[in-house]
Amino acid sequence: MELLDTFFNWDVFVDAFPLMLRGLGVTVLLGVVSIILGLVGGLLLAMLRLYGYAPIRWFSRAYIDVMRSIPLLVLLVLIYYALPFVGIRLSSFAAAAAALSLVSCAYSAEIFRSGIEAIPRGQFEASASQGMSFFNTMRDVILPQAMRIVMPPMTSNCISVMKDTALASVVAMPDLLKQATQAQALSANPTPLVGAAVMYLLLLLPMVQLVSWVERRNAAGGKRA
Amino acid sequence: MSNVIEIEHMNKFYGQFQALSDINMTVEQGEVVVILGPSGSGKSTLIRCINLLEAYQDGDVRVADQRVENGPKLAGIRCEVGMVFQNFNLYPHLTVLANVALAPVRVRGMSRRDAQVRARALLEKVGMAAHADKYPSQLSGGQQQRVAIARTMAMEPRVILFDEPTSALDPEMVGEVLDVMQSLARSGVTMIVVTHEMGFARKVADRVIFMENGRIIEQNNPQDFFTAPQEPRTQAFLQAILHH
Repeated sequence: MELLDTFFNWDVFVDAFPLMLRGLGVTVLLGVVSIILGLVGGLLLAMLRLYGYAPIRWFSRAYIDVMRSIPLLVLLVLIYYALPFVGIRLSSFAAAAAALSLVSCAYSAEIFRSGIEAIPRGQFEASASQGMSFFNTMRDVILPQAMRIVMPPMTSNCISVMKDTALASVVAMPDLLKQATQAQALSANPTPLVGAAVMYLLLLLPMVQLVSWVERRNAAGGKRA
Repeated sequence: MSNVIEIEHMNKFYGQFQALSDINMTVEQGEVVVILGPSGSGKSTLIRCINLLEAYQDGDVRVADQRVENGPKLAGIRCEVGMVFQNFNLYPHLTVLANVALAPVRVRGMSRRDAQVRARALLEKVGMAAHADKYPSQLSGGQQQRVAIARTMAMEPRVILFDEPTSALDPEMVGEVLDVMQSLARSGVTMIVVTHEMGFARKVADRVIFMENGRIIEQNNPQDFFTAPQEPRTQAFLQAILHH
């Protein structure tokens, strides 16, 4: 009974719930914004890395390597606590979104690149032989096929971004985790933390299962190619 | 007669290796030219230089009096030079109809509706109209190649290059593709065909070119080429091919 009272205290949970729900909203918003920026930036970066002029290719590659090496938390702290010294003061939301999407676009770029490189040369040649421009070739021929290939790893990457939003609580962003820790401090009871964990699971489990489903479907339909 | 294609003193290298040596040839409007030769003789490389899928280093390749080179005019030139590939290279994520209609919409600026009407007519011509809504993976090799021919025709090019169009096919499907090509030839389409199909060369070609080691060894009308080859290397090649 004491265990229930400590970890699953209903009254504490009901008190904390409205704030935690608001926190969940912030978490989802941050995740969605970072995922979208990461995907768009990643596609752009992949294009530069594959088809840019040599210095641009080199620069893209360096960017991707650096962003994949630096710990996200370190980058976030740098953006939020160090940049103000050079006059760049970002809100906690902007700082978190920047850190998440800067890193996520590096990973997305590598995933897009692997997908594009998996498309046979003949597809590029067929399109070129018909006089199609680079842009049309990418949009109509290459990317639709590449997207199908990268769907599972790309969804996994999006899940990581959504999970990593929890780091934003470090820079005092009122996300789900931050709201829960505050509620826990206020009530001197860990129930809000347990509640937060459950809410993260409810948010992310379906996404994880979506990945497995897509992977299974791709494996079954892999003959079409 | 106007020349659709003119090639003068063209050389191509892969590093140190010279793949094509001093190629000179012209192709007239409406002409069907078949290129024969042993594997590795540079036949495919030669026709891939005509639409610059392969770069050449010296000399000139001209299509309708425009030099084929990298630059803003290349896409325009490629519209006039269709290509049918050994491995079909259909777009696997698009239906047969969409495969044929894509480039006319994107490159020629045709409306989607017009392009689809035209695509259906072309599929009718190659006997594939019934399969318009299928995906390439649902078709046999011969069917895919016929769709690829329709896709190439949809751009209404001045000349079509065929790069070993039947080499990847099971033997029983070779005939249906050759039939389509023969009817194209009859309707006046200018064609350059790299192939090992001697029957097609004999029956359909206006001119046969024989290549070896990156050089054009001999060219003649099919009648004289097959019955009275001039060069010893041509004789040896025909000997080996026709009497096995």
